[in-house]
Amino acid sequence: MTVGIVLVSHSAALAEGLAELAGQMAPDVRIVPAGGLVDEQGAGLGTDYDAVCAAVARADSGEGVLLLYDLGSARMTAELAVESLAGAQRAFVADAPFVEGAVAAAVAAQSGAELARVATAAAAANAGEESAAGEEPAEREPGAERASGAVRRAEFVLTNEVGLHARPAALFARTVAGLAAEVEVVCGDQRAAGDSVLALMALGAVKGSRIEVSASGADAAEALRRIGDLVDRDFAE
Amino acid sequence: MACTTEDVVAALRRCAEVISEHRDELVELDREIGDADHGENLNRGFAAVVSAVDSTMPETPGAALKLAATTLISKVGGAAGPLYGTAFLRAATTVGDAAELDAPMVAKVLRAAMDGVVARGKAEQGDKTMVDALHPAVLAAESATEVPVGELLKAAATAASEGAAATVPLVARKGRASYLGERSAGHLDPGARSTELLLGAFAGGQR
Repeated sequence: MTVGIVLVSHSAALAEGLAELAGQMAPDVRIVPAGGLVDEQGAGLGTDYDAVCAAVARADSGEGVLLLYDLGSARMTAELAVESLAGAQRAFVADAPFVEGAVAAAVAAQSGAELARVATAAAAANAGEESAAGEEPAEREPGAERASGAVRRAEFVLTNEVGLHARPAALFARTVAGLAAEVEVVCGDQRAAGDSVLALMALGAVKGSRIEVSASGADAAEALRRIGDLVDRDFAE
Repeated sequence: MACTTEDVVAALRRCAEVISEHRDELVELDREIGDADHGENLNRGFAAVVSAVDSTMPETPGAALKLAATTLISKVGGAAGPLYGTAFLRAATTVGDAAELDAPMVAKVLRAAMDGVVARGKAEQGDKTMVDALHPAVLAAESATEVPVGELLKAAATAASEGAAATVPLVARKGRASYLGERSAGHLDPGARSTELLLGAFAGGQR
């Protein structure tokens, strides 16, 4: 069971395409498109309040729902739908770029993150490359890291065809997100938080790139082992 | 002189007529600076409102306003759906169970409707939106609470017309037109125009 995602768009094709794209990185997340408006003249552009409400119900598996929107009135329709639920379902409208926000949210939800964190992941996609590759929204207990000792480091050379492209980056982030470890990846002069798929993609690491991975926290060693395993298996390409 | 359930329902029917008559004009205004759907969307919405009151006659003014709200939210599709829907919803909440609405109440209703639009659309006066027609209408209504409801509504409608006309030189800061930047100047805002039309419809038959 994960947080569900509803994609509110003026266009059915846009919402469905984005659901497909985000779903590729998050096979277990309920991503429900709610795009377009059907009336007597057939399917057209617009946002359908009733369809959005129905999509929220379908997306909710008990962990809450994050809604993303494309343009102005889609936001209003989404907000109106959330208000009308009046707590019957836990739902939240993310102020995030539609495509990048949906991908970031889907990956966060796939990793088991709770609603607030999924929303933060979507919103962080808003801040662009600089902060996507820099700080991560997660605020873990500062004490836990110190208590568990030193930072561990490892270097890997990527041998898979596409480098840290979308799917491998998602696999990487998912591997890291489940562990009690802060992971940072450095490639050239770029650095990225290991649980941010967008930041990892922004590294621009391609086949043959050398990445330096540092990990701290209770599961630091396990994190490096699993990442090494992923790299060795060429991200199961 | 006060506004009854029958008056509200009759006003909603006039809204549908007026929007239907001006459908093409609203489409054209929206084609110039938006996505050309405002006339069609509102026409569909108010036609559905008429069907709704045809099938169930509301028992109070508040119930009529709420029925209009939920129908517009479900049927309109564009930004006007959530915006006018929220306006009618706030109006309904303000009215409560009252059987008749006197002038001070109608002024309160207009204020609540505008606040709803502002909260939903996050637009301010001068952004070239329906708020530019609503705001002067509310002020006019609030200074006309000593007169019969019909006159209050006429004052509000006249102020809305002036407010709508004043959107022409403005540069849009909200909605689809805002993507046009400076090029949105020189056009009448379709949302302000439809607000003017709707308030005119409300004023039309009310004594």
